Amino acid sequence: MMRIELVKRPQRSALFSMLSPFIAFALTLIAGAIMFAMLGVNPAKALYAYFISPLTEVWQLHELAIKAAPLIMIAVGLSVCFRANIWNIGAEGQFTMGAIAGSLLPVLYPDLQGAYLLPLMLLMGMIGGAAYASVPALLKARFNTNEILTSLMLVYVSQLFLDWVVRGPWRDPMGYNFPQTVQFSSAARLPELLDSGRANLGFIFSIVAAVLVWLMMSRMLKGFEVRVLGSSPRAGRFAGFSIRRMAFFAFMLSGALAGLAGISEVSGAIGRLQPVISPGYGFAAIIVAFLGRLNPLGIIAAGLVLGLTYLGGEAAQSSLGVSDKLARVFQGMLLFFVLGCDTLIHYRIRFVGRKAPAPETVPVQEGAH
Amino acid sequence: MDIWVSILLTIATAATPLLIAAIGELVAERAGVLNLGVEGMMIMGAVGGFGAGYLTGSPWIGVLAAIIIGVLFSLLFAFMTLTLATNQVATGLSLTILGLGLSGMLGTSFVGLPGQRLPNLDIPGLTSLPVVGRLLFGQDPIFYLSIALVIAVTWFLFRSRTGLTMRAIGDSHTSAHALGISVIGYRYLAVMFGGACAGLAGAHLSLVYTPQWVENMSAGRGWIALALVVFASWRPWRVLAGAYIFGAIWIGQLHVQAIDLSSFASSSWFIYQPIALIKSLPSQFLSSLPYLATIVVLVLISRNKRLTMMNTPASLAQPFVPER
Repeated sequence: MMRIELVKRPQRSALFSMLSPFIAFALTLIAGAIMFAMLGVNPAKALYAYFISPLTEVWQLHELAIKAAPLIMIAVGLSVCFRANIWNIGAEGQFTMGAIAGSLLPVLYPDLQGAYLLPLMLLMGMIGGAAYASVPALLKARFNTNEILTSLMLVYVSQLFLDWVVRGPWRDPMGYNFPQTVQFSSAARLPELLDSGRANLGFIFSIVAAVLVWLMMSRMLKGFEVRVLGSSPRAGRFAGFSIRRMAFFAFMLSGALAGLAGISEVSGAIGRLQPVISPGYGFAAIIVAFLGRLNPLGIIAAGLVLGLTYLGGEAAQSSLGVSDKLARVFQGMLLFFVLGCDTLIHYRIRFVGRKAPAPETVPVQEGAH
Repeated sequence: MDIWVSILLTIATAATPLLIAAIGELVAERAGVLNLGVEGMMIMGAVGGFGAGYLTGSPWIGVLAAIIIGVLFSLLFAFMTLTLATNQVATGLSLTILGLGLSGMLGTSFVGLPGQRLPNLDIPGLTSLPVVGRLLFGQDPIFYLSIALVIAVTWFLFRSRTGLTMRAIGDSHTSAHALGISVIGYRYLAVMFGGACAGLAGAHLSLVYTPQWVENMSAGRGWIALALVVFASWRPWRVLAGAYIFGAIWIGQLHVQAIDLSSFASSSWFIYQPIALIKSLPSQFLSSLPYLATIVVLVLISRNKRLTMMNTPASLAQPFVPER
């Protein structure tokens, strides 16, 4: 039997560090082609429909920007968390709470018109997301509670809360009993960028967020602190950095960005609150963060790729009649391949044939102490 | 009396998938592997179990298929984290994302179809006994299997040599490796056991609990199972207790949502008022109770830092690459 052995490289491979996202994407395409063939669809035609046809017209590029914006905004925040070895996987919940908090003004005071309205909504969205993220952060800092599980549980809670809000107190009284709020007034909508499509200011926010976080991570002490605490908590402690404070910082930052993504989505592409406002952006952003190598600039590119999987899923559903769940399958595979390829950065892979048991291993004897 | 028996029965039905998935994850974590893909393996087991049961007409084949799918899915995780030494948290997450997507895609044609249901146990003379008859002798086969699993895993971990080795690997993989134990090999087995259990738990959802296929029907149960393992401080019997507490919460909120307030109109003020108060809460709040309870329980358990550190397998979620 063939065995796979990992041999540690003397230093991380710069080549694979650069190549691994590309290899991962290529492997995903291959696996996707195999999957299409198994579904009885011509793979070449399917991959074209999935990955190329959604990019052939200008308005489609706008749609790509709409899908990529929340992914980039959330992933940029998550990359700081993951770098610091803090696992916020509840961005979907922070996105939802940001959307609700930001919608407070346009829903309760639909007559507000001033230029102050939109900035205020965005600010409230960020506060809402950060406040919701502070719960797992507080529980981790104060009680040492596992942040993976608490942040995830809060996703379910936030979705039920949104459901209650749009069916109960905030339901549009003139909305024929549909579970949705009133349509936001034009003063409460994010302006569109160009006349050629729907892309809105949210995409600019995402780019700005990525650049700012990139500056912080590469040029400021805070970024250094994040990296030190993430790779060696002990060294960080000696340097006087606090893991608790870092947990707070990372959660608040990523929560605020997820909240901003939430209110941008609602005030941009959707225009009102409804029971479902996200096709899983908060989870897909985890993939974006890893595909972008936890680097904010890489994340911009990765966000566009993941945005394309959403568009491709929709396109393939209408042109090939395959399930739109395909997008999630592609996203899951992509993350698998990225993680697998990242192994190549630190290790060489060696295939070993069957060999005699190594003589230096001492067999464990029954009953031996 | 009868209503209490039927409530207990529904609690057992709600607790069983949690219990099975958590017991499987417990073994994997005792061996030092944190598999966050429980939700994904569970939902794949649910769709596979339903599909195989529907296509063959035999719920038993459905159960078998669910277990096999669970194992295959866990092998994917094992290959990544054990052979390629990838990050366990991220890999587990991708398993869940993949499972939720793949199950939704495979299940599109199953939506709305009538499913197969595993028959309940029926022993002439015993099942018809008053009160205890149905509780002890009239439940579904997977319920009995879940209890057997708790006993077997307890024995295995704390009474068998292999179990001792497994725990040693979870506490210090470098020492175990130095003793010549195949750390990776044992961990493969532990992860596969976890996958089999998660698949079986999924089969329980789609072949017993609600014999049909609904997208995302696991509804976070895989994550609650992960929390149960922490809650139980990695001890099988406490997982059993935890699963039944959560089963009771899950069922309790459903019963309250379905209760008819007018039937209590003639009851005393002390019964009527609390029920009226709970009924006045929005149903979404009641539905979020299991998730909120999970958070509360996790906080209570983790407050005692020393105790948590003592119980947590020391090399949990640490990647291991054997030095040669």
